[in-house]
Amino acid sequence: MLSHYSYDIAHLIGAAVLMAGFALLYQRRLQAVLNTFAFQALALAAAAGWQAHIQNAPHLWVTAGIALVFKAILVPFALHWLVKELGIHRAVETALSIGWTMIVGVALVALSIMLVLPVTANAAALTRESLALAMSVVLLGLLMMITRHNAVTQVVGFMALENGLILAAVSAKGMPLVVEISVAFSVLVAMTLFGIFFFRIRERFDSLDLQYLETHRGDR
Amino acid sequence: MTMAVLWQVLHTLLIAALAPLVTGWVRLVKSRLNGRRGPSPLQPYRDLFRLLQKESVVAYSASWIFRAAPYVTFAAIWLAACAVPTFTLNIALVPAADLIAVVALLGLARFWTALAGMDVGTAFGGLGSSREMLIASLGEPAMLMVTFSLSLLSGSTSPARIMLFVLSGNIGLSVSLGLALVALIMVALAETGRIPIDNPATHLELTMVHEAMVLEYSGRHLAMMDMAAMIRLLLFLALIGGLFLPFGIGLPGGGIAQVAVGLAAFLARTFVLASLMAVFETSIAKMRVFRYADFLGGALLLGLLATIFHYVSEAV
Amino acid sequence: MLALIPEFANPLFWVLAFPLGGAGFLAVLPSWRQAGLINVAISIGTFAGSLTLFAHRPEPTRLLFIDDFNIYLVALTAFVGMTTAVFSAAYIGREIRARRLNSLRLRFYHSMYQAFLFTMLLALTANNTGVMWVAIEAATLATVLMVSLYRTKEAIEAAWKYFILCSVGIGLALFGTILVYLAAQPVMGDGPDAMAWTLMIGHAAEMQPDLLNLAFVFVLVGYGTKVGLAPLHAWLPDAHAEGPTPISAVLSGLLLNVALYALLRFKMLITANGHTLAPGPMMVTMGLSSLFLSAFMLYRRGDIKRLFAYSSIEHMGVITFAFGMGGPLANFAGLLHMTMHSLTKSAIFFAVGIISQNAGTKHIADIRGLTVSHPTIGWGFLLAVLAIAGVPPMGVFMSEFLVISSTFARQPLLAAPLALGLLIAFGALISRASSMAFGTLLPPQAHHGKEVPIATAFAYTAFALHIVPVMVAGIYLPPALVGWFQNVARMLG
Repeated sequence: MLSHYSYDIAHLIGAAVLMAGFALLYQRRLQAVLNTFAFQALALAAAAGWQAHIQNAPHLWVTAGIALVFKAILVPFALHWLVKELGIHRAVETALSIGWTMIVGVALVALSIMLVLPVTANAAALTRESLALAMSVVLLGLLMMITRHNAVTQVVGFMALENGLILAAVSAKGMPLVVEISVAFSVLVAMTLFGIFFFRIRERFDSLDLQYLETHRGDR
Repeated sequence: MTMAVLWQVLHTLLIAALAPLVTGWVRLVKSRLNGRRGPSPLQPYRDLFRLLQKESVVAYSASWIFRAAPYVTFAAIWLAACAVPTFTLNIALVPAADLIAVVALLGLARFWTALAGMDVGTAFGGLGSSREMLIASLGEPAMLMVTFSLSLLSGSTSPARIMLFVLSGNIGLSVSLGLALVALIMVALAETGRIPIDNPATHLELTMVHEAMVLEYSGRHLAMMDMAAMIRLLLFLALIGGLFLPFGIGLPGGGIAQVAVGLAAFLARTFVLASLMAVFETSIAKMRVFRYADFLGGALLLGLLATIFHYVSEAV
Repeated sequence: MLALIPEFANPLFWVLAFPLGGAGFLAVLPSWRQAGLINVAISIGTFAGSLTLFAHRPEPTRLLFIDDFNIYLVALTAFVGMTTAVFSAAYIGREIRARRLNSLRLRFYHSMYQAFLFTMLLALTANNTGVMWVAIEAATLATVLMVSLYRTKEAIEAAWKYFILCSVGIGLALFGTILVYLAAQPVMGDGPDAMAWTLMIGHAAEMQPDLLNLAFVFVLVGYGTKVGLAPLHAWLPDAHAEGPTPISAVLSGLLLNVALYALLRFKMLITANGHTLAPGPMMVTMGLSSLFLSAFMLYRRGDIKRLFAYSSIEHMGVITFAFGMGGPLANFAGLLHMTMHSLTKSAIFFAVGIISQNAGTKHIADIRGLTVSHPTIGWGFLLAVLAIAGVPPMGVFMSEFLVISSTFARQPLLAAPLALGLLIAFGALISRASSMAFGTLLPPQAHHGKEVPIATAFAYTAFALHIVPVMVAGIYLPPALVGWFQNVARMLG
């Protein structure tokens, strides 16, 4: 039995994920992008945890744990390290100016609300609102992938899209396999990211051996 | 009716008396966070007193606008502050005042200050005025957007009615309200000229906005401009605290005891918000001028989103 | 819980367990020589398992099921997996001798190959929309890693583009899946039952049509990206060109089919609910646009693998068009075309692999006079290209003819662009193939690794195993197969 406040809190956390999605579009520095993404993953973990609580679905705690450990901690750490080691350009290169990107973002939010609300008239109020928020996050992630040139920001955009999908999955009441889906996505991102990026490191230093990286570090 | 007038007079005097203390408090907190002892919170009073006693020097090329601007600015901002309830909702200006009038009065003050900045013909003044107008061109629509979403929520643009609505508990933890709060905070930072938009303690050409416009003033003119800036800060703190956390405020028809509680609540709110603002200012850096558009555009879009989400909650 | 995992007597269990176990085993096997042969052995086992499915059809469980639609696709997948493993054993041997791959990467390659087959078979037999999604996503992951096997700059870039585009597609397909669950949930209750195909079909008429519409759009864009429909096809040419040739063969021959299968399952669900938007026109539009785009792109390709990648896009466009048209004849034609394209395209990639290894280059301009220098493969290649271009009396001609005639019957105005697109593609393919097969012989290129007779025999066997059924199918189709296709065509509506 969902009380008024549990619905409000779920809605608030979902809005925090959406705000983080906007904040991702707003940043001009790569490290700020990574930190904002960590915050979005944190908000997603909170959303999954809250849904686990109000739906009485213990498997959603696992999803919350995965979002927290993998996406809020491990991936940002790893990306920070990669950006430093590969010397990737620290400014975000945009295809569309930030102001216009935000305006298109708001238009996408309005679009997803207009699409989702009429269509889900039968479902519970909690699901409808969370679905509208989740679709907005997905579209904002897609927008970020389209309007950014850098490979790192494209990956962050993809993971933001993934966050939106996981938000939709945890909000759908009683959906099975949410844990499997989040694990599958995480494995996809992890393996591809590290497979491809480690190749780039090796290309630069001719070996994965870290002793070669250390000679470039300067005075110890 | 007479009680309302009485509370209004007290409210007006309280604003004028409290503003320098709040500014002094913010400076003290910032200094302590920087590891310095800092000035006493009563220092702004001493500064104002000192300035009032000095002769005010006016340039040859100044026109009547330069001399009139401090009075107009001070009056407009003080009037705007009088329209926002602080410790009780039972003040005489309530029927006449609404948020749009507050925005208009602030705009009036800004207009005159900007004219005064350009009036003498110095480079700094023009620079400050143009930057101020950039901030205003985005900040005012953002503030109106916030007003719009708040009034949609509560059914009125009057701050007193909005506070009553929030107090009645019909809203719960509304996302719309949260977004409007964030947008209003961003606009407040821009309007009051705090970091990350403007540094109130700097006189470097690269970074000053408000200080550039008042650079030519001295004596009592400068005292009035400074006082206006302090009242503006208190106005926004009272607005944010009152609209979103109006707990304890004296209701219409309440007695002295309620008003006393309202006063204590108001003082607590204001000083806590001032301290939070000081912490925030200390923890981030001032942003570059060409990022103002992004920042304030973000505030505008947040206000727009607050309105959109209001409709979502209605529809669901 | 017992209903979730099939027990040992169930042939489906063996069909899935063989490749999964094989993947694990091949990951730890150190010797590359044996790895190729063991790969073949495991694939033969999988194929045998899929054949027993015809004899004994198991009951549907919560997670897996077999019905008329996926049974022949499972057999086709296992068959092409087997023949490609045979071809791969020969191809990889030459690559090692030419020092383009080392032992560790080969271990990875073989293990990923079996893992990929496992994920495709799982996607085909999954009764749960979520499991199907996870399987297709895992198949994408396996192929991304394999496309970047050569570790050249172009291979990494191709793998990156593939990863980005297909992951976005997969993400949107997941959103569509979630929306379908949300449509099914009020009707069927929470939990895995609301995601099971066998149960959802029965209740489809009670689901909300608007939600199903929105879901289908997401699924069409999402899984359509993996099918390679224009304008979402940008990953396909690069992935085919830069990966090893056996991977191009299974990508074209199998993965595109599996993605289309997923799309068709959703289409069946949508059409079972009478009030939704007809999915036909959307699929017809995307099919026609893929056909035209790829038909024109065929003329300017300089790389042989890219040429046939665009040909894959063209054929998937035709198949989508056929299923979009709907009706028993067009559906029959679509199913037949799926099978024929799968067999012919992989045969072509086998031939391309042999040719490019012999000639030492992938550029079309540098390959000449194949019928003189390597007669067997030269004539075989020409035959295969004639087959894929739709020359009678081969299987592809039969299915294209059926598509055109059913379009004439139902929507005559669409038949003209369809025929035009097919003719344009025909022209491009024939001109390219004839320039490679005939023409003056260029001075001999450096030999790309030494040819070993038994390996060559392997490669040619694989090629023949594909081409012969295609040639036969143009004239005679076994009645059992026809009966199946007709059943499934009816199911597809």
